[in-house]
Amino acid sequence: MLAIWKRELDNYFKTSIGYVFMGFFLLVSGILFTFNNLFGSSGDIPAMLQSISMVPIFLAPVLTMRLFSEERKNKSEQMLLTSPLSLTSIVAGKYLAAVTVWLLTLAGTFLFVLIIGAYGNLYWGEIISSYVGFAMMGACFIAVGELISASTENQVTAAVISIGINFFLWVIDSVIYVVPVKFISAILEWFSLYARFDPFARAHFGISGVLYFVSFSVAFLFLTIRVIDKRRWSEG
Amino acid sequence: MIEIQNLTKRYGSKFAIRDVTFTIKKGEILGFLGRNGAGKTTTMNIVTGYISASEGRVLLDGHDILDEPRLVKRRIGYLPEQPPLYQDMTVEEYLRFACAIKEVRPDAVRAHLTDVCELVKIEDVRKRLIKNLSKGYRQRVGLAQALVGNPEVIILDEPTVGLDPRQILEIRTLIKRLGQDHTVVLSSHILTEVADVCERVVIINKGNIVAQDNLENLTKGIGEAFRMTVRVAGSENEAKRVLRGLDGAKYVEPIGSKEEGSHDFIVESDRQSDIRKQMFSALSKAGMPILMLRPSDITLEDIFLKLTSDSEEA
Repeated sequence: MLAIWKRELDNYFKTSIGYVFMGFFLLVSGILFTFNNLFGSSGDIPAMLQSISMVPIFLAPVLTMRLFSEERKNKSEQMLLTSPLSLTSIVAGKYLAAVTVWLLTLAGTFLFVLIIGAYGNLYWGEIISSYVGFAMMGACFIAVGELISASTENQVTAAVISIGINFFLWVIDSVIYVVPVKFISAILEWFSLYARFDPFARAHFGISGVLYFVSFSVAFLFLTIRVIDKRRWSEG
Repeated sequence: MIEIQNLTKRYGSKFAIRDVTFTIKKGEILGFLGRNGAGKTTTMNIVTGYISASEGRVLLDGHDILDEPRLVKRRIGYLPEQPPLYQDMTVEEYLRFACAIKEVRPDAVRAHLTDVCELVKIEDVRKRLIKNLSKGYRQRVGLAQALVGNPEVIILDEPTVGLDPRQILEIRTLIKRLGQDHTVVLSSHILTEVADVCERVVIINKGNIVAQDNLENLTKGIGEAFRMTVRVAGSENEAKRVLRGLDGAKYVEPIGSKEEGSHDFIVESDRQSDIRKQMFSALSKAGMPILMLRPSDITLEDIFLKLTSDSEEA
């Protein structure tokens, strides 16, 4: 798993993908920070994170789109799948590499916290809680993207479908209110990442929120393993 | 060493391979021969654990690849038809990665890579990006990857496709060398390649095994005739008549005209009788000079064609 993690991480920064992801994320969040916090004279870090929480919807697929689709296209997955590595460690290694880039990027936004800290008061409990929630939510988007990447040979298709699903996960809260059937709205509610992120941003989070995010990621990683395994049984 | 038992792979109602059974003995170089699309790659992919069979199983020294994938995969090195390379890595980085996933002990990596690179002759490109390498070098890097971890069995799927004649010779020499201390399976549609390198041959056609034997036995029976190609100046019918009138000529068949005013024939005689002198005199007497006489001994192509056409008729 460590070998896969290292190769993927190297690859992010050997190609432009890692820089594009980090650059765009920090640019967009910097603009939002400037308008909301600096021009708006607000020291509210959780609100700042909430305002940039929609950015990973569009950017996480940049990190995940090539994870498996490229390997499949180049046939390099043959080397991985015929090596002694287990499928679980391949999927986990790739996931952790993408999560590592995501965490590094998020660490970059800490600069905003330092700027606010220099001119106002920081409420660390609130800040740490909202960062933890945000980081875990992003990791869920990565798990979704990895599943989609394992399902197609085309990177662009993988990216577009991932953005679509992420977008759906984002608007799901609004959808729940208009669905008349209670049973369906209850199911949809289970997928609402933002409803779970909200308590983190208000420093009201419990173990259930953490468990939710972790199990969401694990479920999608498990599905990724199943998708690849199923293809080995059915395709040539 | 490897037992392949009743492998069948279905895609919907179509069979890619059907009831494929053969064994790979320890230390041998086995040729796996078949036309394109005969099911070679599917079989190789199943044996190496890349895809799963619909039915049947693969055992390496009694261990099933599905039950103990880690144990079995560690002992098999695989070079697929398209080498599984990462274009954006250097050869060195790529092979180090291969060492890591194939569980080579970290303290042994350096010496091991030196050995492998020396064997496949890629020392001079170790620092170069794979995407900048020529096809021949890429193939060798792919081969190096298959050798990493020193697996007992090396499976090579069409390793010389797309290489120039010099590179093909180099790869063949290398395969022979590998055969000295590994069990090698060479899948190919090129018969001379298999004849050159392999001790035993398994022939597959349309997903079914049609023959498995050593070369000597496969050529026996069919190879008892002496065959030659003759180019004769003159009319086709007249030449055919003269050739068919020769004592000991078992088979005479015109194969068209490649040079103006002449016709080519395949002539077969018994191994015992050399009819060349007789042919020369007879044709000369008829006023039809021989422009070319080339022995075309029965090759693996003939065996292959015979076997595959037999099974098509069946």
